[in-house]
Amino acid sequence: MSESEPATPFRERAGQALRDSFLQEALTIATTKFIGLRREAFDEFPEGEALRDRAREIKEATLQRLDHYLDRLIDNVERRGGHVHYATTSEEARGIVLDIARRTGARTAVKSKSMATEEIHLNDALEAAGVTPIETDLGEYIIQLAHERPSHIIAPAIHKTKGQVAELFARELKRETVADPEVLTRIAREELREKFLQADLGISGANFGVADTGTIVLVTNEGNGRMVTSLPRVHVAVMGVEKVIPSMTDLAVFLAILAKSATGQKLSVYTSLVDGPRRGGELEGPEEFHLVLLDNGRIRQIAGPLREALSCLRCGACLNVCPVYRQIGGHAYGYTYPGPIGILLTAMLNGTESVKDLAHASSLCGACLEACPVRIDIPRMLIELRKDVSERRIAPWSERVVFGALGRLLQHPALYRVAARLARLVQRPFVRGDVIRRVPLVFSDWTRTRDLPPIAARTFQERWAELERAGRR
Amino acid sequence: MVTCLGDVFYPEVGEKIVRLLRGLGVTVEFPAGQTCCGLPLFNSGYHAAAAAVARRTIGLFRDAEQVVVPSGSCAWMVKHEYPGLMTDPADRTAAERLAGRTHELSQFLVRRLGRRRFRSAVGGRLTYHDSCHLLRGLHESESPRALLRDLSGSQFVELPGSDECCGFGGSFAVRLPEVSTAILDKKLASVEATGADAVVACDAGCLMQMRGGLSRRGSRVRALHLAEVLAPEETPR
Repeated sequence: MSESEPATPFRERAGQALRDSFLQEALTIATTKFIGLRREAFDEFPEGEALRDRAREIKEATLQRLDHYLDRLIDNVERRGGHVHYATTSEEARGIVLDIARRTGARTAVKSKSMATEEIHLNDALEAAGVTPIETDLGEYIIQLAHERPSHIIAPAIHKTKGQVAELFARELKRETVADPEVLTRIAREELREKFLQADLGISGANFGVADTGTIVLVTNEGNGRMVTSLPRVHVAVMGVEKVIPSMTDLAVFLAILAKSATGQKLSVYTSLVDGPRRGGELEGPEEFHLVLLDNGRIRQIAGPLREALSCLRCGACLNVCPVYRQIGGHAYGYTYPGPIGILLTAMLNGTESVKDLAHASSLCGACLEACPVRIDIPRMLIELRKDVSERRIAPWSERVVFGALGRLLQHPALYRVAARLARLVQRPFVRGDVIRRVPLVFSDWTRTRDLPPIAARTFQERWAELERAGRR
Repeated sequence: MVTCLGDVFYPEVGEKIVRLLRGLGVTVEFPAGQTCCGLPLFNSGYHAAAAAVARRTIGLFRDAEQVVVPSGSCAWMVKHEYPGLMTDPADRTAAERLAGRTHELSQFLVRRLGRRRFRSAVGGRLTYHDSCHLLRGLHESESPRALLRDLSGSQFVELPGSDECCGFGGSFAVRLPEVSTAILDKKLASVEATGADAVVACDAGCLMQMRGGLSRRGSRVRALHLAEVLAPEETPR
């Protein structure tokens, strides 16, 4: 199933975000901090640049033989006693998880942070089936209490200020709180501890799946991932097929750059390696382990225009540096994955139609490409999406008329000169001194907040003859 | 290459570049029939039209020894996108030749001519905004700064967050004007905080955006093209 289209147009959603002063405060603080930390982490790590190249090479080489590495991963997970399922669509993926829940009689499920399970809207499905999902990552816990969805790939509650979180905890948990992150974290910890012990099912995502060993790797900071994957009787990991990597040596390359890109940490606090169910003689671990491999539009893109996006590590660095994301936050994008990479992933999961507006939610400044640990050329793919929109004629008719006319104008210099002269006449009533403060139609969206320069009394081309003569003298 | 914005909005910048280059002993020619590099069409996804515009432009500059462009984004379009837009091998070769001979103004002055000492035409305190295409597309941050640091008669001060976008982004500025303006406001607040008399940029797009915002807020700070702050030397006779 593809995700449903948001009810209001993108520009309106963005406008609402711009007017939300709490959101603006929260976003500015968090993204500025992330940018600084990331920069420091790489400044102190001169080998980082070469490792970024290496990481991209590994991703590319893996995509070249994805079927081979997936086969290996499946064999090795099964060899260690795990079960592997393959889901072509998000509907299939939900069905698989619900089946496991039903069969094992699960009533509650603890979850560690996972964008893949957000992508397939698993929580709603679990609730509908009578299984209570409990998010255990602090940020996810906050937004679950608030009945919201993540607004950032790694910092799901980035849109909330600590004051808002304190109010939320007071209201939903009936606890006395103060707007102090340490106090709030302690409260969440107390609330969650009991849930971990009661839960029948642990559900996680996967940052990597190591083909050689059949190991699922989780990169977390709170230790909740470790509890989700070891305390409940059954552990289910939902993993996008592109997350497979060949070997542990490759893993080392990714771990060296992932946390630095995401949070500026040298390494995340926890790196959990999950090797299937508990075996004889082991003291901990689940009785059953299931790996759900999720396609959901990914496989098609191996040979598609969005192929590069399959290298994404979901670190969120491109969100933090994106001038658009920094102004509007994640919810305004309207789909599971926000930010520059989110536009590409949304197109991958839901088709070009779903991003015909979002593809333009970028000034193409290139900050995302620069920040991406595996150097995904996001601006180029945004342009490709825009091209797809224009070639399939699904852009608004007014836009097609404007760009059709512009195309003709720029191909015919005589037409271009006439247009400049015409514009000079038409602009007359609007020119005040040396600026235009207000114009109707197309450019009114410019002049609402900015002055527009008038067409010069004489263009450069009209001045050239004189300039040329002056040069000869 | 004057570029569309340079032609119709900022012809005085083009004039200044001509005088500046002549003062350095460069023979300046201006092939007639120029319109635009096609970047607006390209960025919005109208690639067939962009390719047609590119093919025209390649033809116009066939005989030029070197091509100087006053905007980083247009220079990037010519250097990085023209070749890929050409389907015909002969056209592609011509596009690659043009790409190799095309220079953004600051790069031409510093890297090609080796000239970095100029007198200031405006005086006062200047800061510099990195245009996205020049910085991250052409990987140039040093040439304009070298010129501004060595400028006699002006002081140079760094702009915090100089590498952050001004919010122009071509059609982005009118498709999402509220977001574009919010990004611009942040940029202009940084500019004003430096205490500079003018912010200098090497791209007509950023200048249109920043000038528009500065004049609307009644700021005393000006946004100037690099060519407007470099005083031409006396023409050698």
